[in-house]
Amino acid sequence: MALLEINNLNKSFGGLSAVLNFNFKIENNELVGLIGPNGAGKTTVFNLITGVYKPDEGNIVFVGQNITSLPPYDICSRGIARTFQNIRLFKDISVLDNVKIAFHKNVNYPLLSAVLRTGSFFRGETEIEEKAMEYLRIFNLDSKKDEIASSLPYGEQRRLEIARALATMPTLLILDEPAAGMNPNETNDLMELIQWIRKEFNLGILLIEHDMSLVMGVCERIYVLDYGQVIAEGLPEEIRNNKKVIEAYLGEEVE
Amino acid sequence: MHEKKVTWGRALIEIAILVALFTLVQYFITTGLLNRYYQINLTVMCINIILAVSLNIINGFTGQLSLGHAGFMAIGAYASVIMTTMLDQPFIIGILAACVIAALAGFIIGVPTLRLKGDYLAIATLAFGEIIRVVLQNIDYVGGPAGIVGIPKLTTWPLLFGATIITIVVIVNIINSSYGRAIISVREDEIAAELMGVNTTKYKVLGFVVGALFAGLAGAMYAHYFYIIKPETFNFLKSFDILVIVVLGGLGSTTGAVIAAVFITLLNAFLQKYAAVRMILYALTLIIVMIYRPQGLMGNKELSRKTFSRIWSGKNGPVRNK
Repeated sequence: MALLEINNLNKSFGGLSAVLNFNFKIENNELVGLIGPNGAGKTTVFNLITGVYKPDEGNIVFVGQNITSLPPYDICSRGIARTFQNIRLFKDISVLDNVKIAFHKNVNYPLLSAVLRTGSFFRGETEIEEKAMEYLRIFNLDSKKDEIASSLPYGEQRRLEIARALATMPTLLILDEPAAGMNPNETNDLMELIQWIRKEFNLGILLIEHDMSLVMGVCERIYVLDYGQVIAEGLPEEIRNNKKVIEAYLGEEVE
Repeated sequence: MHEKKVTWGRALIEIAILVALFTLVQYFITTGLLNRYYQINLTVMCINIILAVSLNIINGFTGQLSLGHAGFMAIGAYASVIMTTMLDQPFIIGILAACVIAALAGFIIGVPTLRLKGDYLAIATLAFGEIIRVVLQNIDYVGGPAGIVGIPKLTTWPLLFGATIITIVVIVNIINSSYGRAIISVREDEIAAELMGVNTTKYKVLGFVVGALFAGLAGAMYAHYFYIIKPETFNFLKSFDILVIVVLGGLGSTTGAVIAAVFITLLNAFLQKYAAVRMILYALTLIIVMIYRPQGLMGNKELSRKTFSRIWSGKNGPVRNK
C-alpha cells in the first residue's frame, strides 16, 4: 500500500486551473521531489494534500484512508506534517514553545488539570518539555530554547520549522522549498539532514525545491509540474535529460 | 518531583503575600480608615481587573478582536440578580448562574462569529453587545429600560478579592499550559497552528467562553454592589472602556491588564475632581501612553518569578511571554 496516493486531483481558482488531473504516489520511506517553474502549482498541491485548500475533484488517500477535504488539523494528526515556503513560525513566542505546540494534539492531561495544577499537569508538562528538548537537540537549537523565534537567523528558523513539523510525529513530511535563501554550504548541510531524518524517523519525504543540486542529489524520484500538469516523472537522470522538462525551464530551442 | 516541591514552596510565599494584602485591606475597612469613597473605587478596581484579564484572553491571547464584553457582563449581572432577588437564591447560586449563563452565551455567540476575522468579528461582537442591551430594555420582567433597583449589597471585600484572584489564577494557569499554547498559536499564525494539529476553531471558542465566563462573574459582582442595574450601563462604551484597559496594559499580558486596570481606575477617580476637563485629560493620557508605548505598558511581557530572578541576577535576556 502506498503511503500517499493522489488520483485525478483538480483545483481551479476562478477560471484558472492551478492543478489539473494530478496523479501522484509516494511509498513509505521514499524521498520524492516535486519541481517545476514558478507558478506551476507545486505549493497548491501541498495545500491540497494538507487540507488548506479543498480540491474541486479527485481524491487523496493516505495509508489507505481517504483524507480528501478533511480539516488540516485532522490531516496532521493522521501523520502528515509540513513546512512552508515563506517560513511560518509562531514568531512572538520562544523556540521551545514553538516545538511544544506540535505536541498539543497528544496532550495527556485535561484542561481542568491545568487549571487546578494537579499532578497529571506537572507530569504531562515535564514529558512535553523533555520531548521538545530532544527535537531541539537534534537540530542543534537547544541552546536557543528561550529565544523568541523571530530573532533566530534565517537558517535556524528553517531548521526550527522542520523540528516543529517532525515533532508532530509524521509518517509523511512535506518540505516546501527548504533550501530557499540558503547558501551552498547550508544547502549541503540540509541535504545531509534530510537524508538523515528519513533514515532516523523512518518516514516518507516529499519536497518542492528550486535548487537542482539538492533535488538531483537526494530525491529518488521526481515529478515535474508545469501549468498544473505533470509533464514528466521518473529518476533524476531521466528528468535531467527529458526534453519537455528542459523546454519548460529554458524554453524551446529556436531552429 | 523536585521541581514540584520548589513550585509548592514558591506558591506558599505567593499565598502568604495575597493573604497579607487581603488582611491589610480588610483591616482598613473594619477600622474605617478606608472610607466609603475609597471602598467604591476599590470595588470598581477589582471589577475592572476581572473584566480586563478576561477580555485579554480573547483579544490578547487568542488574538480575536471582541467588542462585546459588556454584553457578557450584562448577562452575568442580570442572571445573578434574577437568582438572588426574584428567585430568592443565595448569592453563590447567583454567581454560579452568572458564570454558567455568560459562558453559554459566549459559546452560542462564539461558534458562528469566530469564523469571521479581524474587523468583521469586531463588528459582529459589537452588534451582539448591542442586541443584549436592546433585548434587556424590552423585557418587562427585568424592568425594561429602568432596570432593576434595590439589589441587596452582597458583594463583600472577601468575595470580591476571591473572585479577582480566582480569575487571574485560572486564566494564568490556562495560558501556561498546553491548552494556553494552543490558544496562543491561533493568535500567532492560524494556518500554521491548524497544520500543527491544533483545532483552531475549538481553541478560539475556548478562549471566548473563558473570557465570557469571567465577564459574567464581574457582572454579578457589579450588580450586587451598586444596588441598581440598567441596560444602559452595559452599552458599547463599556466594552470600549474594557478594551482601552487591555490595549493600554499590552495585548497578551495578564500583568499588563491588571496594572492598566488599577491605573485607569485611579486615573478616573482622580479626575472626578476636575469634572469639566475630565474626559479631555483622560483621553490625553491615553494618547500619550499610546505614542510612547504603542505596545502597551507591558507589551506582551509578564511580571513573574522568572522576571524577578532575572533582575536579581542582573541578566535581562530577550525572553518574552513568561
